[in-house]
Amino acid sequence: MAQMTAAYPARGLRARPSLTERTDLPQRVVFAAAASMIFIVALLLAFIAWQGVQLFVKDGVPVGQILSPTWQPDSTSPDVSFGLLPFIAGTVFVTVVALLISTPVSVGLALFLSEVAPRWARAIVQPALEIFVGIPSVVWGWLGITILVPFLSDTFHGDIALGLPIVGTVATIPGFLTGFSWLAGSLVLSIMIVPTITSVSYDAFRAVPQELRTGSLALGTTRWQTIRHVLIPSALTGVLTAVVLGMTRAAGEALAVQMVIGNSPSMPAAITQPVTTLTSQITLDMGNTVFGEPWQDALWTMSLVLLLMSITSVVLVRLINKRRMGA
Amino acid sequence: MTASAERASGRPPGPKPSLKGSAARGSILADRAATAVLWGTGVLVLAILGGIIVHFAVAAWGVVSPSFIVGDPSDTELGGILPVLWNSIYMLGLTMFIAVPVGILGGIYMAEYAGENRVTSAIRFAEEAISSVPSIVVGLFGLILFVDNFRWGFTALSGALALTFFNLPLMTRLAEQALRAVPQDERSASLALGATKWQTIRHVVLPLAIPGLITGVILTAGRVFGEAAVLLFTSGIGTPPHYDFTDFDLGNPASPWSPLRPATTLSVYIWKLNSEGLGVFKNQIVDGSAAILISMVLTFNLGARFLGRLLSRRLTAA
Repeated sequence: MAQMTAAYPARGLRARPSLTERTDLPQRVVFAAAASMIFIVALLLAFIAWQGVQLFVKDGVPVGQILSPTWQPDSTSPDVSFGLLPFIAGTVFVTVVALLISTPVSVGLALFLSEVAPRWARAIVQPALEIFVGIPSVVWGWLGITILVPFLSDTFHGDIALGLPIVGTVATIPGFLTGFSWLAGSLVLSIMIVPTITSVSYDAFRAVPQELRTGSLALGTTRWQTIRHVLIPSALTGVLTAVVLGMTRAAGEALAVQMVIGNSPSMPAAITQPVTTLTSQITLDMGNTVFGEPWQDALWTMSLVLLLMSITSVVLVRLINKRRMGA
Repeated sequence: MTASAERASGRPPGPKPSLKGSAARGSILADRAATAVLWGTGVLVLAILGGIIVHFAVAAWGVVSPSFIVGDPSDTELGGILPVLWNSIYMLGLTMFIAVPVGILGGIYMAEYAGENRVTSAIRFAEEAISSVPSIVVGLFGLILFVDNFRWGFTALSGALALTFFNLPLMTRLAEQALRAVPQDERSASLALGATKWQTIRHVVLPLAIPGLITGVILTAGRVFGEAAVLLFTSGIGTPPHYDFTDFDLGNPASPWSPLRPATTLSVYIWKLNSEGLGVFKNQIVDGSAAILISMVLTFNLGARFLGRLLSRRLTAA
């Protein structure tokens, strides 16, 4: 509104402002377009929340039961149980491993682009990353099935012994039977979230004032010392934001994960074994269940859990950034 | 090493640091190692992307042919993907038809009108929230709202609206960025000539922002084109029948032009083939379809880049 007044002196030069101007029609229209997003979010929250609580309200399942590790949604079975813990744990574990793999690579890539790469290298790598973003998730899933899954199954078929020098074997984990596994899911996700983490941390590194770099280098440090002791500490909140955004993307990804993860609705046992996640179970079961039956209501509850997770991450990002503004 | 090369590598010009102290030597070695590792990450990304492109080029060899692109799906032979490819393009068109105007208008508000107040921050929060909601949840929202409550069933329109919801924040943000990139002087000059704010936006800011807007549209299009999770439960997963493209009756659900018919897209078709796992030619069809998806994505990306550069050169030269 304050900006609008800047245009008003022009009015004095005219006989009469046009109807559009008097009613502020353009401003109303563009405002409605922008505000439609608030409407969409409100509607989405309302519908998913309403559907998500039906399991407790209509089907009378005690709220605590969703924390049980037993998933037995078939109403003909004697011990029906809607434990969502395997899915929540699966989502969390698969996401955490994906982040552990992806974060060092992505932050390294961001540092490469912002500190090391000459102009020509940046001009090649940045467009390549944009193409990464555009590759559809079903294509990532299909690549996982045709390349990664057979590779894991062929290479690490037998039991894998984890050993330490002197101590000897510490633990053995079963090998990949089929290759469809927690690790396959995490690996596919870790590639998919590289562009997210990289571009946000790249912005964070670019935002570090040049004086800090030159100041540090003038003290005789090497570039790596400058990166470690000056750049990374000053860009830490930005990198943290990047990781949270990558986490959000990983936890919400459905099809690519569902295609390679094996979809076994039990608690995650080993990184080589099939697991399942909230998104993949929804993807698999939604079409095979009947609207209104407890099984499907449990799927809606899962989507409510996902929605709450993503809203939490938005709030988390805001808190991280607020701290940066305050500091 | 010449002085300029030293500067380019980030080391201060002047005498080289002494290599005598082992601490100094250690830190220089660490610096070299780190530089090598950081270069490695860049090479890794290019290698993966190159590997993917080569992989699909090889996998699609002998599968993708004119008859594959214009043929109908078949259970017994390789068949083709024309109906699903058509649906992908149709859904893209329908979604962009809704999302582009709304997104650009929203972007105008955010770039030109929005003040620092609660409403603006609520819009920003909504923007971030929708962007972070998993696509499958947006699909479920479309299922409950359009398919069930509105009783539209699995239709192209249900899917396109769900896709619009999902991509509106992206389109709005890209439009906002494109408009913000227009120099403030252009606005001041126009206002000083007595133009109203809206006249300034329409006749000065928007034309100058066109390259950025087009890039935004194409980037959004790239994401819409490959999206599958949003569409699984909104526009259907059935294998489409043979389409009669001469049937322009929009009310007829059998017409490929009608928004009120199920529309399985290429991405959804890949997912469906993989999960049903039937058919002798499943792998070839999926490889071929994925190769086509990837080449469309490449085209979108390079197209956005090329068009944006071309237009901005035209406009700035004028």
